[in-house]
Amino acid sequence: MTKVKLTKVNSNSKCRVLSFEGGPNMQTKLENLGIRIGNEITVVNSSFIGGPITVLAGNTKVAIGRKMAERIIVEVRK
Amino acid sequence: MKKILLLGNPNVGKSVVFSKLTGTSVVSSNYAGTTVEYTKGHMKWNDEIVEIIDVPGTYTLEPTNKAEEVAVEMLDEGDLIINVVDSTNLERNLNLTLQLLEKKIPMIISLNFWDETEHKGINIDVEKLEKYFNVPVIPTSATKGIGLKEIIRKFDYDKVVDHNYGDNEKRWSEIGKIISDVQKINYKEHSFSDLMEDLTLSPLTGIPIAAVILFISFMIIRFVGEGFIGYIAEPFFEVLYRPLIAQLSGILGGDGFIHNLIVGELIEGSIDFEQSFGLLTTGIYIPLAAVLPYIISFYFVLGLLEDIGYLPRISVLVDNVMHRVGLHGFSIIPLILAFGCNVPAALAIRNLESKREKFIASTLMATTIPCISQMAMVIGLLGSFGGKYLLYLFAVLIVLWIFIGTLMNKLVPGFSTDLLLELPSFRLPSISTVFKKLLMRILGFLKEALPMVLLGVFIINIFYTLGIFDYLTKVTGPLLKNIFGVPEAAVEALIMGFLRKDLAMGVLLPLGLTAKQMLTMSILLVIYFPCIATFVILLRELGVKDMLKATAIMLTSTVIVGGYINFAFQGDGFNIMRVIPIIGLYVLVAMIPKRKKEEIRSA
Repeated sequence: MTKVKLTKVNSNSKCRVLSFEGGPNMQTKLENLGIRIGNEITVVNSSFIGGPITVLAGNTKVAIGRKMAERIIVEVRK
Repeated sequence: MKKILLLGNPNVGKSVVFSKLTGTSVVSSNYAGTTVEYTKGHMKWNDEIVEIIDVPGTYTLEPTNKAEEVAVEMLDEGDLIINVVDSTNLERNLNLTLQLLEKKIPMIISLNFWDETEHKGINIDVEKLEKYFNVPVIPTSATKGIGLKEIIRKFDYDKVVDHNYGDNEKRWSEIGKIISDVQKINYKEHSFSDLMEDLTLSPLTGIPIAAVILFISFMIIRFVGEGFIGYIAEPFFEVLYRPLIAQLSGILGGDGFIHNLIVGELIEGSIDFEQSFGLLTTGIYIPLAAVLPYIISFYFVLGLLEDIGYLPRISVLVDNVMHRVGLHGFSIIPLILAFGCNVPAALAIRNLESKREKFIASTLMATTIPCISQMAMVIGLLGSFGGKYLLYLFAVLIVLWIFIGTLMNKLVPGFSTDLLLELPSFRLPSISTVFKKLLMRILGFLKEALPMVLLGVFIINIFYTLGIFDYLTKVTGPLLKNIFGVPEAAVEALIMGFLRKDLAMGVLLPLGLTAKQMLTMSILLVIYFPCIATFVILLRELGVKDMLKATAIMLTSTVIVGGYINFAFQGDGFNIMRVIPIIGLYVLVAMIPKRKKEEIRSA
């Protein structure tokens, strides 16, 4: 298990959210959409030439801009 | 009067519940942030009239944007809260629910989209949930009307619970506990709809799909619009209406101020619905026969795309491009709405977070996006010279969009945020909802457009009689003639464009413009200034100072673009030698240093 940025995770991989490297406001906004520390999320579509990343959190798909995704640290589940 | 608030996360169906309860129509779509202002409605309940308020969706009571602020401000007014919850996303939705429960306002919970839980393999124990919160919990499927009677029966619910869930962290851990107790999920196989959702998101498949969808949309809009005009609107005016109005023209004597005001000037001895400019001829022909058909076809297609939940997919696909103009993917949604009418689009821009983003999006919209009312006339007037002129029009507007977008990104101070967007599941739109929404938008158009066009025709007649147009033509005419290469009288269109752009296009018809002049004027009418209805909203949203800045950008663009078309358009197309320098100019603009290092803030 290694810590990586969410942008480094391949499509269709499950990962657990470890930490946010952003302000409290970014954290609140992510939490509101079900992306919380300790939660498991699945990367649906990884970033393509700098585009957003789509993850499945609970039952919701959420698109996260690349810059924000770089600040989300996760561990990939094997 | 008892006040009932509908509160919940974005896109949980509050507006549908509202419409079903009050019979009042509000626009609802399958994506977050459709409602930006609260809507009030009334319903009769046990001989009493109660007020129901549809509050913009919010994820939390600590607001992060304007729509959420509105939601929090509304709280103090409520006698009863109906917390509408998306039962297919219970965990995330409960965050707001728990915050509301601490407010000591009587509350009932509506577990909406209940019909979808089974299909998604979700099982929620309603009784257990009720016990946790000690408030009534009612499963509903608002679009199908299920569960609403049970909600109405509880309108007199007045018990207040005393909960305190502590800080953010404690609240989430409480939610975790509740969820693991009341909810069981049996994950189902990937369905066809899931597959489609994934394909529309991945750039490799998503971009071709988007191109096909946009192309089909354009074809439907044009085909249906032209069909309505050719088979319904024109026959109606020519066969049924013309004899009536010809009789009226006879009664009024065929000439004179009153005749010309009501019936308009006779063109070669007969009435010309497009050129006579009387209140009862051109005044109703433009909105009803020329524009309304396209309003119907455009909003039919838009309504379908909205209700299926496709628009947020476009946001994801264009996110990259939008960052180059200082925005992110979500801002494409207001820009798409603007192709219908700039007014609701200006309101939707509220959902953007920073002042900088609002300014850039508003200015881009007001300067480069033609509304369907104007486009309906453009298709008729410019399109008659050939379809390629419509392509020229869009090409010029796209290039302008790129230029002013890039410049604003470099020069406008402040910060931009990054995309963070919930992607709704695709839903099969209910036909009745689609048509209700269409009907509402048609009525909205008629209410807005009819009086404005009539007022415009009235003013045109007065101005002609008083010689005001002659005066204005003398003053500003040389400018138009020398810079833009259009007839001096085209200033009349620019004046009428303040009222409505479709009417302004109509004013151009009698001038007998060449293709190039019609192209120039069609584009200038998009760029130079928004119509009064849009202007009022933008002024309110942006404030005087920013509106002045936006206006400066529009006027500068007008002079440059108008002059450029006059310079570069030769014969029946753009001279390639005069287009190439544009690319060089763009390289220069792209090299302008940014005011500050771009900050992507989530603050």
